[in-house]
Amino acid sequence: MPDTFTFLMDGRSVVATAGQSILEAAEAGGIYVPRLCHKPGLVPWGACRICTVRMNDRPCAACTQPAVPGSVVENDTEELRAYRRTLVEMLFVEGNHFCMLCEKSGNCELQALAYRLGVTAPRAPYFFQARDIDASHPDIILDRNRCIQCARCIRTSKDLDGKNVFGFLGRGTAKRIGVNARVRLRDTEVDLTDLSLDACPVGALLRKREGFRVPVGDRLYDLEPIGSDIERNSP
Amino acid sequence: MATDQASTRIVIEPVTRVEGHGKVTIHLDEAGQVREARLHIVEFRGFERFIQGRPFWEMPVAVQRLCGICPVSHHLCAAKAVDPMVGGRTLTPTAEKVRRLMHHGQFFQSHALHFFHLASPDLLFGFDAEPATRNVIGVAMKHPELARQGILMRKYGQEIIRITAGKKIHGTGAIPGGVNKNVTTAERDELLDGYDHMLRWSRDALSLARRYTLDHLAELSEFGSFDSNFLCIVRDDGALDLYDGKLRAIDPDGRLLFDQIDNDRYLDHIVEGVRPWSYMKFPFLRSLGPDTGWYRVGPLARINACTYIDTPEAEAARREFMALGNGRPVHFSMAYHWARMIEALHAIEKIGELLHDPDLQGDDLCVTGPRAREGVGVIEAPRGTLFHHYRVNEDDQVTLCNLIVSTTSNNEPMNRAVTDVARRVMGGQPVITEGMMNAVEVVIRAYDPCLSCATHAIGRMPLVVELFDHEGRTVDRRIKNSC
Repeated sequence: MPDTFTFLMDGRSVVATAGQSILEAAEAGGIYVPRLCHKPGLVPWGACRICTVRMNDRPCAACTQPAVPGSVVENDTEELRAYRRTLVEMLFVEGNHFCMLCEKSGNCELQALAYRLGVTAPRAPYFFQARDIDASHPDIILDRNRCIQCARCIRTSKDLDGKNVFGFLGRGTAKRIGVNARVRLRDTEVDLTDLSLDACPVGALLRKREGFRVPVGDRLYDLEPIGSDIERNSP
Repeated sequence: MATDQASTRIVIEPVTRVEGHGKVTIHLDEAGQVREARLHIVEFRGFERFIQGRPFWEMPVAVQRLCGICPVSHHLCAAKAVDPMVGGRTLTPTAEKVRRLMHHGQFFQSHALHFFHLASPDLLFGFDAEPATRNVIGVAMKHPELARQGILMRKYGQEIIRITAGKKIHGTGAIPGGVNKNVTTAERDELLDGYDHMLRWSRDALSLARRYTLDHLAELSEFGSFDSNFLCIVRDDGALDLYDGKLRAIDPDGRLLFDQIDNDRYLDHIVEGVRPWSYMKFPFLRSLGPDTGWYRVGPLARINACTYIDTPEAEAARREFMALGNGRPVHFSMAYHWARMIEALHAIEKIGELLHDPDLQGDDLCVTGPRAREGVGVIEAPRGTLFHHYRVNEDDQVTLCNLIVSTTSNNEPMNRAVTDVARRVMGGQPVITEGMMNAVEVVIRAYDPCLSCATHAIGRMPLVVELFDHEGRTVDRRIKNSC
C-alpha cells in the first residue's frame, strides 16, 4: 500500500495515509463524520456506531476501519443519517437525559448531535432506569443518569492519566460505569487535573460547582452545529 | 369530588386566563343562596420531591421550570438560596445589579402580560361582554394601539431577560455566588434605545388602571372585598424592594405584625396549612393561627405594606393609591390592578437607574467563601413573596426543598374573593349565565394567580360550568373554550 493514497467519500476525493482510519482521513479533509465514542488521542473503540459509513457498500465503523485506496465511501446519505438518528434516539431513551436541567447543555456532544441530525423526539419509549449519582468526591460528580457508555473516561484514565479509575460493571441494560474502589469515587485516585474529566461527551462526569458558568451564547454548540470546526477546514 | 345532595353545586373548570389549571365549585342551599365556594387546584407535579439528590447548583436552572411566565423569579430565588452554599451571601456589585436588572425586566414583562393580555378584556369590555370579543384579540381589534403597547412592553422586559439570563425563558444567568455574564455597553445601549417609550407607556397603563378603578370605585370596592393581613419583604428602611429585603407583615389596619425578620427564620413565622380538597397549601402567620393568620401577597400587599417607594413617579402614584384606604390599607381585590401598574412603573424606573450604572459592565461576577449546608432565598415575584429553602448533604446533594410560591399565599384570599363574588352575582339566580361565571373568574384574575407554580401544574384551559338541583341532577351545563 502506498504511503499516501486517495479514496472517494460522497463523491469527493479524500487523501489518506497508510493506517489512517476513514474518520481521521475524512476529518483531515474537512469532512465531518458524526461520532460519540471517538476522541482524538484515544485508541479507536468502535462502540457507539454513530460513525457508521458504507465502504464499497459494506457498513463499517469509520473510526476503526482503515481507509483503503480507491474505495468508495458513503457518509452523508439519508440512509446513514436515519440510522444515526435512531442510534441517538436509543441513547436518549436508555438514559435519563433532561437537557433543560443539565449543566452540559450547549456543550454536550449527544445533544449537539441530536440537533445536527434533526432528532426532535425519540420514537421509542423511555426506559426511565433508576441510575445513581456518585457525588462522594469533594470536587467531582459522576451522574450515571447521563452516561452513554462511550468508555472515553475509562480509556482516558487508563491510557492518558495512567490511573484506571473507571470501568464497566454489569451487562446489557444493567451495564454501568463503575469506579476502581470498593464503593465510592472519593476512594479512587481521581483528581481535578485528570484528563478523564474532560473526556466525557455528556454531563456524566463533571467538576463540581462549575455548572452554568459559561453563559448561553458562548457555549460550544450555541452558534453552529457540532462538526462545523472540521468542515471549516474543507479545501 | 362528592356531591352534596342537599344543595346545588356549580363547577367552573378550569378557570380561564390564568396560568395553570384550577376549578371553582359553588354550593347553593335550597333557597339558592351561596353556602360555600372553593377554588380547587387540581394538578400536582412534586418538584420539592424529585429534585432531592440533585446537586445544589442545578437548582436555579431546574426549579425555574415550574413556570413559563415568571421563571426568572424562581431562577433568582433559587440562586439566592444556594448562594450561601458557595459562600456567596454578599455578591459583587456587578452580580447584584445584573440580577436586579433581570428581576425588574421580569416584573415589567409579567405585569404587562397580565394587565394587557389577561385582565384588560374584562376591564375594557365589561365582565359580561360578549365572550367572542372579550379576549386579547378583541382588545387588538378595538384598541390596537393599546394592544401594541402591551406586546412591546412585554417584549422589552423579555429582551432584558435575554441579555442578562441568556434566554428569554429559562435562562442560566444567575449561578451560585453571582452571575455568569455582565451587560456589555452594546447590550446596554440596545436597552436604552426604546426606554423612553416604555416609561411613557407605563405611565399610560398606570393611568388606565387608576382611571378604571376610580370610575368604577363604588362597584369594585364591594367586589371581592374583605379585610386581611398583608406580607412582603421590604428594605431595611421599609422601602419597596422587589429583589431583596426582610419580612414584614401588617394587620388589616396597617399595624406591624412583625418587621425586619431574617429570611432564614421564615418558618418561625409562617405555617403551611393543608386541606383535603386542594393540592395547594394554605399558609398562615404562626402567631395568629389558621383562622385569622392568613394573609395576602403580591402588588396590593407590597404597596400597602411598604413605607415608601424609592422611585419618584411610583412613589407619587403610591401616595394617591393609599388615599383610597383613608388611613387603612386598601382591601378590595380589584385594587390589585392599580397596584400592579404602580409596580410596573417602578420597575421601569429602576431599569432606567440600572442601565446608567457602570457596575453593569464590571468583570467581577462571582464570589466564593466558607460554604453553608442550608440556604433560604426570599424574593418578591410579580405575584408575591416567594420562598425557596434548600438543605444539602456533605456531597452537595439536595436533601430538603421547601417552596412557598406566591400564589400559595393568596390561596385563602382567592377562596374568600370567590365566595364573595359568587354570593353577589349567583345567589338566588335560577340560571347561571356566562357573565356570572366570568365575574367569578375576574376576581381570581385580579390576583394574577400562577396555579402551575403553586402546585407545579400543567393543564388545558376550557371552562365547564354545571348546575345541579337539590338531588344532584344536572339542570344546566355550559362549556366554553379558553379565551
